[in-house]
Amino acid sequence: MKVDMEKVTFSYSRDAFVLKDIDLVLDEPGLTCIIGPNGVGKSTLVKCINKLLIPTSGSIFLDETDVKSLNFKMLSKKIGFVPATTSDSFSMSVIDTVLMGRTPHKHLGSENEDLHIVYNILEDMNLTHLALRNNNELSAGQHQRVSIARGLAQEPDLLILDEPTANLDIRHQVMVIELLKKVAHENKITVLMISHDLNITAKYADKVIVMSTPGVIHSVGTPREVMNEDMIRYVYGMNSKILDMDGHLHIILGSAVSDDEMILLHRNECDYGN
Amino acid sequence: MKLPWQKYTAHDNSSEEEKRVLQGYSLYVFKKYLFIIICIVATILIAGLSISIGIGGISIIRAYEILIEHVQGNIVNEIEDYIIWGVRLPPLLGGLIAGAGLAITGAVMQSTLKNPLADPYTTGISSGASFGATLSIVMGINIIGVGNQYGIVLNAFLFSLIPMFAIMIVSSMRRASATTIILAGIAVMYMFNAMTTIMMLRADPVALADAYSWQVGTLSLIKMKDLPIMFGFVLVGGVSLMLLSSKINILSAGDESAKSLGVNADTLRIVCLLIVSMMAAAIVSFTGIIGFVGLVCPHICRMVIGSDNRYLLPASAMFGAMFLILANLIGNNIIAPTTLQVGVITAFLGAPVLIFLLIKLKKETW
Repeated sequence: MKVDMEKVTFSYSRDAFVLKDIDLVLDEPGLTCIIGPNGVGKSTLVKCINKLLIPTSGSIFLDETDVKSLNFKMLSKKIGFVPATTSDSFSMSVIDTVLMGRTPHKHLGSENEDLHIVYNILEDMNLTHLALRNNNELSAGQHQRVSIARGLAQEPDLLILDEPTANLDIRHQVMVIELLKKVAHENKITVLMISHDLNITAKYADKVIVMSTPGVIHSVGTPREVMNEDMIRYVYGMNSKILDMDGHLHIILGSAVSDDEMILLHRNECDYGN
Repeated sequence: MKLPWQKYTAHDNSSEEEKRVLQGYSLYVFKKYLFIIICIVATILIAGLSISIGIGGISIIRAYEILIEHVQGNIVNEIEDYIIWGVRLPPLLGGLIAGAGLAITGAVMQSTLKNPLADPYTTGISSGASFGATLSIVMGINIIGVGNQYGIVLNAFLFSLIPMFAIMIVSSMRRASATTIILAGIAVMYMFNAMTTIMMLRADPVALADAYSWQVGTLSLIKMKDLPIMFGFVLVGGVSLMLLSSKINILSAGDESAKSLGVNADTLRIVCLLIVSMMAAAIVSFTGIIGFVGLVCPHICRMVIGSDNRYLLPASAMFGAMFLILANLIGNNIIAPTTLQVGVITAFLGAPVLIFLLIKLKKETW
């Protein structure tokens, strides 16, 4: 599925822009990571794609169809969304929680097939031993894996995840990212993931979208094309050292750049690396 | 034809682990249906007790025989037939309908508003109904100009819908979030309560006693001809809510997740609010304000079968029906021949149960 964002702007008031004239095309299957500092509009960008937020101006097209003309039911068949945090009120069993993901595809007589699909996903996520446990009894990391499983159960063309590895230990971080990449390539879908972990992004992403203040896209490309010491300094205000080993980049963070230097770096609104 | 818990079968190439999980899930679903069946059986037994205990010395089996004889047009004893059909059956059937309706609406309000303290009256319905009934009893003002008991019923029904419209107006200006609905309901509730209090302060003693008695809640004023209206609202509303139960489940995942799964959370909340309001208004206008059924019964059911509304709503309906007719049975007989109104008994039963739930409930229920 092709996602085409044209001059998308989002603001809560006349002066407070969160996104500014975003032009972005996503048309290749694979794992795409969005990186950038806090408050730069990463979550706002992805929520505009699935209509959780309505842009102030600009258009978003899914396979040439304007998102504005699609209702939530139509969107749910194409786009899956895993939020950063989930509600815990009146929770159900893990298996029933993941079964919710089959809602867009549910029809009379599909219960057994839906359950098989859900079981396979639970197996991939290493959650089968928790299938009948109540969602409320799980740890934060297990809870997050259940949310991701529900997103996968939706079998969307575009799966959006907002910081899916935030609460996971390192083993499960790698497990989840490898699964997402495998799903993206095997099913030929786009997995769009917001990430704060530059090393995970450098190792696993097929494509990286770098966002910087003031809510603009700094650069788009493969990790090797966009992830370099100058970009990290400009976007994050951090000094770093990047090593190229074992076939991928390794980012070692140094000291933070001073506030004065940050102002200097951004004063000319240097279009670095774009 | 397969029973609901037999739908989940393993494929030929399923692993042992998958077979174990599917068997576990089938058993998990079966236990929920078992609870509903137990509630139905208990309701039938308590209903039999309700219509047999009292003057006439009629046993449970004889009571059911009288019901069947009447339906077949083969009345053997006219006095026994009058006692059962004319006197005891209308409040019993009214109790079953009201109990089921209040419990199912309570379960839906708790799930849609994500608030364990929500009940059918959270949106101010009881306050509106109370105001309408008091207006009729104390001031003799009926909106549709009908005298006697039906003036009170119609007033209660019409005024109980005003809070719902107020909430819808507020929700159209802001998002129909759970917080908006609750706060708007509380605001309307306080306003109607204040106006009711003013009328009651100025009422004469007889009117004051009647108004207060209406507010406490009773099944004894229900006649056979009232039942089709109550039953119609509760049946249509209850079936509609059960058809929406899968979507109501999705609200528990949060509004953003719900929208990404194709469910417009705000619209669904308003639709549920409309249905709940109509059901609760229809019940309250005939019975007065019977508390705790809508609050406590869904929580008791959640403790046993969990929060999945596909099973919780029918379970709450059956448990609520059983709870209310049991409360009525106790109220009619505990200090016989004096009757304690059912609203008093549900409060006496419901309050300690609620405290017990708060102390003993495991975290996973909410």
